[in-house]
Amino acid sequence: MKQDTLYQYILGIADNSLILGQRLGELCGHGPTLETDIAITNISLDLIGQTRSYYQYAAGLCDDGRTEDDIAFLRKEREYRNVLLVEQPNTHFGYVMVRQFFFDVFHLLFLKELQQSSDETLVAIANKAVKEVTYHQRFSSDWVKRLGDGTKESHEKIQEAVDDLWRYTEGLFYVTEVESAAVKDGIGVAVSSLKDAYYEHIKSVLTEATLSVPEHSFFQKGGKDGIHTEHMGYLLSDLQYMQRTFPNMNW
Amino acid sequence: MSDTEVKNLEELFEARIARDEKIEPKDWMPEKYRKTHIRQISQHAHSEIVGMLPEGNWITRAPSLRRKAALLAKVQDEAGHGLYLYAACETLGISREELYEQLHSGKAKYSSIFNYPTLTWADMGAIGWLVDGAAIINQVPLCNTSFGPYARAMVRVCKEESFHQRQGYEIMLTLCNGTDEQKAMAQDALNRWWWPSLMMFGPTDAESTHTEQSMKWKLKRKTNDELRQQFVDQTAPQADILGISIPDPELKFNEETGHYDFGPIDWDEFWQVVKGHGPCNKERLKARVDAWEGGAWVRDAAMAYAEKQENKKVAKAS
Amino acid sequence: MKNNWPLWEVFVRSKNGLEHRHFGSLHAADAEMALDNARDVYTRRSEGVSIWVVESKNITASNPSENGEMFEPAHDKVYRHPTFYNLPDEVKHM
Repeated sequence: MKQDTLYQYILGIADNSLILGQRLGELCGHGPTLETDIAITNISLDLIGQTRSYYQYAAGLCDDGRTEDDIAFLRKEREYRNVLLVEQPNTHFGYVMVRQFFFDVFHLLFLKELQQSSDETLVAIANKAVKEVTYHQRFSSDWVKRLGDGTKESHEKIQEAVDDLWRYTEGLFYVTEVESAAVKDGIGVAVSSLKDAYYEHIKSVLTEATLSVPEHSFFQKGGKDGIHTEHMGYLLSDLQYMQRTFPNMNW
Repeated sequence: MSDTEVKNLEELFEARIARDEKIEPKDWMPEKYRKTHIRQISQHAHSEIVGMLPEGNWITRAPSLRRKAALLAKVQDEAGHGLYLYAACETLGISREELYEQLHSGKAKYSSIFNYPTLTWADMGAIGWLVDGAAIINQVPLCNTSFGPYARAMVRVCKEESFHQRQGYEIMLTLCNGTDEQKAMAQDALNRWWWPSLMMFGPTDAESTHTEQSMKWKLKRKTNDELRQQFVDQTAPQADILGISIPDPELKFNEETGHYDFGPIDWDEFWQVVKGHGPCNKERLKARVDAWEGGAWVRDAAMAYAEKQENKKVAKAS
Repeated sequence: MKNNWPLWEVFVRSKNGLEHRHFGSLHAADAEMALDNARDVYTRRSEGVSIWVVESKNITASNPSENGEMFEPAHDKVYRHPTFYNLPDEVKHM
């Protein structure tokens, strides 16, 4: 397998963690209780930690001296490979938890497959991340149930989030050329094979939470090919602000 | 209880504290002791959670992943410290919600330093170095204060805070070893945070109202002016190492006293900010009120869900 | 706001072989959440391997005003302590 494909493949995984970690970072200090603030920050820190491991590995594959921060901060919007789901804004706590839940279920299935990769470094990263994400999934599933089966108001709010974010779930299973190549080489995960298990799990939790599963199948494409939603540009202007304003400096 | 009985109890109580015994929540205590502790501990807790806001302002814009993770962890610690302190305060018979109510209505105070804006990345360095530095000087003696829950909370807080100041100083050091533009950014942050940091120790001893009582109850070990002097003495050489200058033309080491002399503090500014007219008082309070009110439906939902689950359990058992 | 999250007490075993020790308190709507919150609040720096949580209202505490009758009677029972008994120095390991 060519190094470039591996490099692109790693970024495709890592960008999800970076962008979701960034989104969660916006919430620090603004949550409904101190306890939830602390919990959500822990998830954000896990994701940023994973991002760093992936980017450090990717940076090492290039012989031009680039660093994890070059990869994180100095790409154009089109070069970020994250799915659309993770860049969606923190509209309210219901959105935060549904976005997290929709991603966590995928993330855990994905990491369990990545543990079987022929690439030792990716296996090592997955081994560590799988424990973190198991906890994330437990946390977000519990909250989906609490909000779904809580009060009338919370039920309506989280149903709104489910209905709204549903259209971004299918994008998790879109297979890029880079991914196909990585799968062929025994390195990558065949995400399309995770789809049935994913929707089965999602549906069972939503049902337990007394929420209805959206029936439509009008899904949004993009993200992994570098075409993002309008939210992405603003997220990146925050993320990249320092590196763009003061280029080539150490921080 | 008769007045004489209360007086006897009070004497016994003061004697216990003088012998360095700890007071625990269910022990008898004078009403004034309870009230003073609720005021001071909650003020401290409020400072922690309002203090999350100026630094939280830079989490999404941190210039590297390493800095982003460290800043997130630091702001998260502040939430934890607020939580420990609210819990200590709750042992005195007041709920966290009541304490929030006091904060949100403007009845309770918090440290004025957090009413200043964070305008550049260097402010993350200056806050860690100066604000946390000043906080540590204020807090370390409280690990031995007379009220057990407060002392225990402070032991935990001080242990966890040891990385905060280093984190800030390292940011300053990196800037000062960087480009001219970065060094100017560091100098600018020092210029803006220096005087507010000195104000963190409170009014001068002559103006301070609570000092004597606080000394007796070990809420204070040294006076405001002594602590402020200690801060200046330890910080001035650290600025020299960074190679940036403290914005005080009168700052000079005094060979005779062994301390740094420094210029007069603008107390008008201090009182203006304390009274709610600092640059960010309104924004800080609004952010806290919005978080609390905006989160009400989430807290209610969790309680409703817990109740339903409990009822299900009971129904199953019968 | 009608009803706020109740208060819980958190006990953490810092490593196997040690007892659970009281670490502090927090608020949570139910036991599962209390456990999760305790994990996030009190073991961020690897302080624990096991957590107990109990709702604060379920703890029954002795009253300090009864400390006299509760605890002082034990003070003069010195024969419960090994140093009460005099043995010659030659006797080892006892």
